[in-house]
Amino acid sequence: MTIYLPIAELPVNVFTLLAMGVAVGFISGMFGVGGGFLMTPLLIFLGVSPAVAVASVSTHMAASSFSGALTYWRRGQVDLQLGAVLLAGGLAGTLAGVIAFKVLRSFGQLDLVIAVAYIVLLGTIGTLMVVEGFGAVIRQRRGVKAPVARPGAHPLFLRLPFKMRFRQSHIYVSVIPVVTISFAIGFLGALMGIGGGFILVPALIYLLRVPTVTSVGTSLLLTLFTMFAAIIMHAVLNQTVDAVLGLVLMIGGTVGAQFGARAGQTLKAENLRLLLGLLVLAVGLRVAGDQIARPADLYSVIIDERTP
Amino acid sequence: MSAARRARIRRGALRLLLLAAALLAWPGNARADGLVLSLSKTRVTITSSFTGENIVLFGVIEPGADMPATGASPAHDVVVTVRGPNQSFIARRKERRLGLWINVDSRSFLAAPSYLAVLSNRDPMLMSDADTLRQEQAGFGNNRLLQRIGADYADVVPQDPFRQAFLRVKQAQGLYVENVSGVEFIAPRVFRAVFPIPGRAPIGTYEVVVKVFTDHILTQRAALRLDVAKVDFEQAVAGAAQDHPWLYGFICAFGAIAVGFCANIVFRRD
Repeated sequence: MTIYLPIAELPVNVFTLLAMGVAVGFISGMFGVGGGFLMTPLLIFLGVSPAVAVASVSTHMAASSFSGALTYWRRGQVDLQLGAVLLAGGLAGTLAGVIAFKVLRSFGQLDLVIAVAYIVLLGTIGTLMVVEGFGAVIRQRRGVKAPVARPGAHPLFLRLPFKMRFRQSHIYVSVIPVVTISFAIGFLGALMGIGGGFILVPALIYLLRVPTVTSVGTSLLLTLFTMFAAIIMHAVLNQTVDAVLGLVLMIGGTVGAQFGARAGQTLKAENLRLLLGLLVLAVGLRVAGDQIARPADLYSVIIDERTP
Repeated sequence: MSAARRARIRRGALRLLLLAAALLAWPGNARADGLVLSLSKTRVTITSSFTGENIVLFGVIEPGADMPATGASPAHDVVVTVRGPNQSFIARRKERRLGLWINVDSRSFLAAPSYLAVLSNRDPMLMSDADTLRQEQAGFGNNRLLQRIGADYADVVPQDPFRQAFLRVKQAQGLYVENVSGVEFIAPRVFRAVFPIPGRAPIGTYEVVVKVFTDHILTQRAALRLDVAKVDFEQAVAGAAQDHPWLYGFICAFGAIAVGFCANIVFRRD
């Protein structure tokens, strides 16, 4: 059964879209990532223009992150205070990222910068997470207890001034690294067109020592707010939000996110981190593969958006 | 010549012009000298189940002054060109640098047709000399594609790799169609051509141009318009996004939250 998308201006199979929504929603609910870094390329592959794909995926991400965040909220695994501080840094970073985007585009090599950023970022984070995850799994098999974090063992950057107590996350750290992390994620998110959840979750776990489930819940809250702002921005500035496309993705996505969130609850935290690490690494390798392999056609044609 | 007579002639000429204009403006039909055309549909309406549509063009070549009405009628050649609304495109070429395939070169195609179908009863190259064909833009390879070259706009030689790549990519998308046996003569003077409007065809006014060659000379030409438009729900959504962006954005955003909330309630287990 096909359906015509009024803004994307092409017909697509409803069941293909629903299946994509369920699959990406499952991953997003399980790991607390927005899933934009998976969904946007899939839509572009279907023939949706990148501008419409990015804008419409934000509606899908808003719906599944709200649905996921509610589940974590009921279990008391969302840190509102931490979310608010992260949001402040994230919005400032987004603004800086949008400006950098324009500057880079004027030099004409934006695509390359984005691809290299993906490879470096995903490769590094993915490798770190996989190595740590394997270590944790092996430790558990052997029955060795993980080293307990003591207050004195905090790295230096967490002991900077402006300390704040985040009760829900059981941490007492300086605000400076929290804002820096969210600024960097907002910056990269605007530059690379991603929500940044898959960077935020590991950053919260490894750098700020927030418990894994609270990291996921708080990241979902942050994704919800960012995506809400993104929908309005895309709708007003570019008129590229396809409500029909968004609705189909959302229905599949929210259903998938429910199952994903439940699967995430039953998995051990170590396994969850290892799986997310493998996923991030796989996407990084895929981007690297695309850049290294000889493309089927050396020429590509895109619609020039600047001259209507 | 008296003033009254001159005025009468002027009125007569005006009336003729109006009649011709009325005939040309009549949707779905065109009549230019001796060429009568008709489309199976003058308006392609896009609804939620739209996946593309085939449009049939009928044409009749009437015996004109240049061809004798009696005796064996000369063989006619027909080229049908359908052009969608113009768009600008950027074509890019990748090259391997430091192990990575990156865009090294690009060209801008200015005001190129977003949709192009060229149908003929045989290879257009056999219909007339190369100069005439290029001038009349008859044949798939003869359509003008303006490229930005420095500060200038010009079409390039057909062998230009960017031009060929552009045509190849658009053909792969199903938006450029070439069919050298797409025009079928039902009778010596009556022909029929079918062209596809694909599901992802751009919205707008399409121009259908028919050129008839008789003995290697262009003898007839006529043009028709075809509208591709969204209707009903599709038009309402697109219109709302265009005319009330703030309202549309907030509806989408709160709609997304409502869907997320519903899903959470439906699947709530604890």
